[in-house]
Amino acid sequence: MADIAARNTAILEGNRRGGLHRLMQRKSTIAFLMALPLIVLLGVLVAYPAGYAVWLSMLNKSMTKFVGFGNFEFLFKRATFWDVFFQSCLFAISAVIFKAIIGFVVAHFVHNIPTKGQRKWRGMLLVPWVIPPAMSTLAWLWLFDPSYSAINWVLMHFGIDRIPWTGEANWARFAVILVNIWVGAPFFMIMYLAALKSVPEQLYEAASIDGATWWQRIWYVTLPMMRNIIAITALFSLIVTFANFDIVRILTAGGPLNATHLFATWAFKVGIESGDIPLGAAVSLFMVPILAVAAAFILRDITKRGSEV
Amino acid sequence: MANAAVSAGMAGRPVYGSISRDRRWALRWSYFFLVLFAIFFLMPPIYMLITSLKSSAEISAAQNPWWVENPTLSNYVELLTQNQFLVFFRNSAIVSVCVVAISMVISVSAAFALARMKFWGSATLATGVFLTYLIPDTLLFIPLFKMFAFVRENLGIELMNHWWTLIIIYPTLTVPFCTWIMIGYFASIPKELDEAALIDGATWMQTLTKIFIPVALPGIIAATIFAFTVSWAQFLYPLAFTTSTSELVLPVGIVTTLIKGDVFNWGQIMTGALLGAAPPLIIYAFLMDYYIAGLTAGATKG
Repeated sequence: MADIAARNTAILEGNRRGGLHRLMQRKSTIAFLMALPLIVLLGVLVAYPAGYAVWLSMLNKSMTKFVGFGNFEFLFKRATFWDVFFQSCLFAISAVIFKAIIGFVVAHFVHNIPTKGQRKWRGMLLVPWVIPPAMSTLAWLWLFDPSYSAINWVLMHFGIDRIPWTGEANWARFAVILVNIWVGAPFFMIMYLAALKSVPEQLYEAASIDGATWWQRIWYVTLPMMRNIIAITALFSLIVTFANFDIVRILTAGGPLNATHLFATWAFKVGIESGDIPLGAAVSLFMVPILAVAAAFILRDITKRGSEV
Repeated sequence: MANAAVSAGMAGRPVYGSISRDRRWALRWSYFFLVLFAIFFLMPPIYMLITSLKSSAEISAAQNPWWVENPTLSNYVELLTQNQFLVFFRNSAIVSVCVVAISMVISVSAAFALARMKFWGSATLATGVFLTYLIPDTLLFIPLFKMFAFVRENLGIELMNHWWTLIIIYPTLTVPFCTWIMIGYFASIPKELDEAALIDGATWMQTLTKIFIPVALPGIIAATIFAFTVSWAQFLYPLAFTTSTSELVLPVGIVTTLIKGDVFNWGQIMTGALLGAAPPLIIYAFLMDYYIAGLTAGATKG
């Protein structure tokens, strides 16, 4: 009796394990099938083109011959390339810094006012982020118009002379950075506001009991508590600002005299408009190093947070 | 005022008075600077509206550009009766709606598989999805351009200069982020919930549609809004891949057809830009909380 019972349980267990095993197998098959559209889409239209760009950049203009690093050598010898390189770095770094500062300051002001008014202000201040950048850049283009500039009209009343916003190299550089800050600062504001809300009020109370000034409260309480979110927002923003296209394309189209071209807009001009696809691919690949560094930092932060949870 | 009275009454204890006075001043300064920033942030959209209400004669007249003397809707009437503009609008609407539908189907099912079902390589795939989100469109448009030529030569399908091509490539911009935030929302659903459903005999598909989607609905709304705004605003791909006026979407259509050489019809351009900005703004006005939830959920592009 006993061994029959034992055998029965063994069979039962064996069955169950087999069933479970099959179920597991089926489950992972279903899971794979459900993820398959994603894998195909990202494989064919993101991963493959990204690799293909590297191959393209090593061909000659008619794409008939492999030239190795020929396109890159050619770029290094051109003054325009170094202008674009300089302008891309200036654009991305200064825009991200100012977006972060303005976002931080505005988030503090919104956080300061009574809670019931915050929603309204937050809603109003996020509008630049919601409007498609191509559309809002058109408004800026009109605000910067050489003969009818509405900004110059206001400045005139303060005795400031007509400013050639998009006509002179340095003013044009300033203008594209300004518009980028205008578009991106609200995003920083929202992120920092969310972070500010998560700082426990007791920390501030403890700090003011210890006699901390407002500056010390920000430096020793707010900033350390927000460090993660500040870093990740800035890195994200660095990636998209460095890869920006819309604003420069519409506002200055790279001019005057290539002074405001970024890698993306110059790659478009060289690759699509002038028809030199390999050279355009080579130009756009210069975005990769900075993207890779920023992505590595973001990924490290995310996996760290993931393992903490 | 009450605070002032209190601090006057407590002259013997100046500390309290100074704290409340500090607070009051901090509040006043906050409002002052908020007003300044609001002016800076809202100036372009307001100027769009002002210009769109002016006639061309008034725009070129030497007078206060910030004021409308004779408001007119002629720009709106002209633009909305123009067949061309309506075609742009229709193309944009069809592309955006299709892209939203495609991205939600792909990303919700993939997120469910990655968050709950786990298969060989699923963790790597989740990281990979995130990495593809960081690859910008400005890196991909040139190889895609060449790939389209390859498809034309070898398969005989012309992908260039068709608005429906955008339906195929826009999901690459939306799916990674939508999947990423849906993984987050799905992972936060307690395991007991779907285990109970499985024990009751539900299939995986039923678990997804009957439990996960209803519970994670806020996340789905946030992801939908994100997908819509991204595909509505996309500028580079349509600029690179479409050229004939019947195939253009709204942002590119306004930029390329309303700006002709040196002749800028600013009244119409601003009207077009405002109408182009309207759908995302309307969605934002009604679903602001979901919009912001989506933004802060995984740090969007900024």
